Amino acid sequence: MVARDSALDLHRVVRRRIGKSRVDRVFDGCNYAFLALVLVGVTYPLIYIVSASLSAPEATVGGQVWLLPVKPTLRAYDAIFEYRKVWIGYGNSLFYATVGTAINIVLTVMAAYPLSRPDFKARHIYMALLVFTMLFNGGIIPNYLLVRDLGILNTRWAMLLPQGLLVWNVIITRTYYQTTISSGLLEAARIDGCSDLRFVWSIVVPLSGAITAVNALFYAVFHWNTFFDAFIYLNKEELYPLQIFLRAILIINTIEADLIDPKEMEALEGMRDLLQFALIIVASLPVLIAYPFVQKYFVRGVMIGSLKG
Amino acid sequence: MRLAADSLAAPRVRRSLVRDARVNWQLHLLLLLPLTYLLIFKYVPMWGAQIAFRDFFAVKGIFGSPWVGMANFERFFESPQFWTVLRNTLGLSAYQIAASFPIPIILALALNNVEHRRFKKTVQLTTYAPHFISTVVMAGMIMRFLALHTGVVNNALEGLGLERISFMSSPELFQSIYVISGIWQNAGWGTIIYLAALAGVDPQLHEAAIVDGASKLQRTRHIDVPGILPVAIILLILETGRIMQVGFEKAFLLQTPLNLTASEVIQTYVYKIGLASPVPDYSFATAIGLFNSVINLALILVVNWTARRLSDTSLW
Repeated sequence: MVARDSALDLHRVVRRRIGKSRVDRVFDGCNYAFLALVLVGVTYPLIYIVSASLSAPEATVGGQVWLLPVKPTLRAYDAIFEYRKVWIGYGNSLFYATVGTAINIVLTVMAAYPLSRPDFKARHIYMALLVFTMLFNGGIIPNYLLVRDLGILNTRWAMLLPQGLLVWNVIITRTYYQTTISSGLLEAARIDGCSDLRFVWSIVVPLSGAITAVNALFYAVFHWNTFFDAFIYLNKEELYPLQIFLRAILIINTIEADLIDPKEMEALEGMRDLLQFALIIVASLPVLIAYPFVQKYFVRGVMIGSLKG
Repeated sequence: MRLAADSLAAPRVRRSLVRDARVNWQLHLLLLLPLTYLLIFKYVPMWGAQIAFRDFFAVKGIFGSPWVGMANFERFFESPQFWTVLRNTLGLSAYQIAASFPIPIILALALNNVEHRRFKKTVQLTTYAPHFISTVVMAGMIMRFLALHTGVVNNALEGLGLERISFMSSPELFQSIYVISGIWQNAGWGTIIYLAALAGVDPQLHEAAIVDGASKLQRTRHIDVPGILPVAIILLILETGRIMQVGFEKAFLLQTPLNLTASEVIQTYVYKIGLASPVPDYSFATAIGLFNSVINLALILVVNWTARRLSDTSLW
């Protein structure tokens, strides 16, 4: 990265002396224009949702909102605060995300460390067992029957146990340990009489906060966003995560709305449209708040995983 | 990611494994819990998938139900739904890969040519964000934006003097909606891996090319593109491996009664037969699911083998 930058600096100096070639100026112009277009294309839907959720119902439904809020109001957000189901879902999702992530992290470290040890002969067998689950799976029905036979259908365990770890995260964690925990460290600890278990707990885990953070973030977002497990394993409203309620409000309602006459719709359903926009924001809020702080860790995680497959 | 189980064959290795178990028992102990998880939640369902070859009765359980051989598979192949769901699954995946695979590459190459740091960071930060939106919210957004009477897209169409389009009720539009929204959501995130690969391209190549008077476009084409090709091939293999598992959640959530002829993919069909139906047919649904998994495995093996033959780059 550094070397590359210095090359570019050199390039810049040369350019300033002799000026950019015409071809390169055209290229740069097109490039910036293209990226600006991409930027607008990605941002517009996001801005629109925020503006629509803050506008008066009749303005949103009547198609007056294009970019900025029209007749701004917080009515939609007030209404969501009153909406009990959303808070049940919020609480449950927080629970599944925190407890689920804790389980994931423990299992991931336990799997990743032994697999990272080059002197551990059996690691190839274990790795093969792990990777094979990425290539082949039993399918929806056998999974459902298993959860049913274990007696955890319709319990919180159904949201936590079947997703105990993600193979991808085990692999990036293993790669991280391979590249950061030096063999000298292990030898020094051994000479001092440190066991493998102790080594993991007292040396590896404290030294690899970065990868633990990456894993925690990946897993937490995964749990927060997952929908299907809850959809097939849960049947009690008080256990539903937020995504289930969101589906009911965002999707099923909208399908019905297409079938209603527009005039009637404006009178009856204006508020509901607004609620949907506001709900999209409220539901994505935890991730959106965390995003600017954590995105560099995510990026690092993807890069670690991509260095060595 | 090498599957080195073949090394087990040699007796010398087997003896060393026994020694290994004694020396490294703590490492085995560490793996006990994750392995138990894998066995129960990944391998037991694989074993349970044998009900595809049985006629499952709830009272008799998985292992008490009578064997029926390939009957469930034959029933699927002969059913009128077979070609529809197979065509939808393959069509949607092929469309998705063809349309969305090159975009992160183009975007990464474009970003890599930006000298203005702040602008580059802004584009990256913004285009990564949609990746974190949940599938449910994504589907909800799509439906809000495309709603017939109140959606912003239809409002714009009307403003331009065009007819409103009933997007979610049109089977012929389903695949495009699915793929384009997927590009919006994931193209930015997909650039990360390519940007990492581009950062690893030897800067001396660029310096030499600059001295030789190569333009930016030429350097991009002849230095950067070959530099990220191995990564692109690996990702393409992985994408192909997912062909049969096309975003099940998203296809399911975007389904409406009117676009079903295009949006019913194998996985959603399995769900409907196996779990949503008032008389669930576990065996039949499992057979369809198993068909899906097997095709999937075969595809990834074939693509991996082809990639290794053609380019020396492969997963294993």
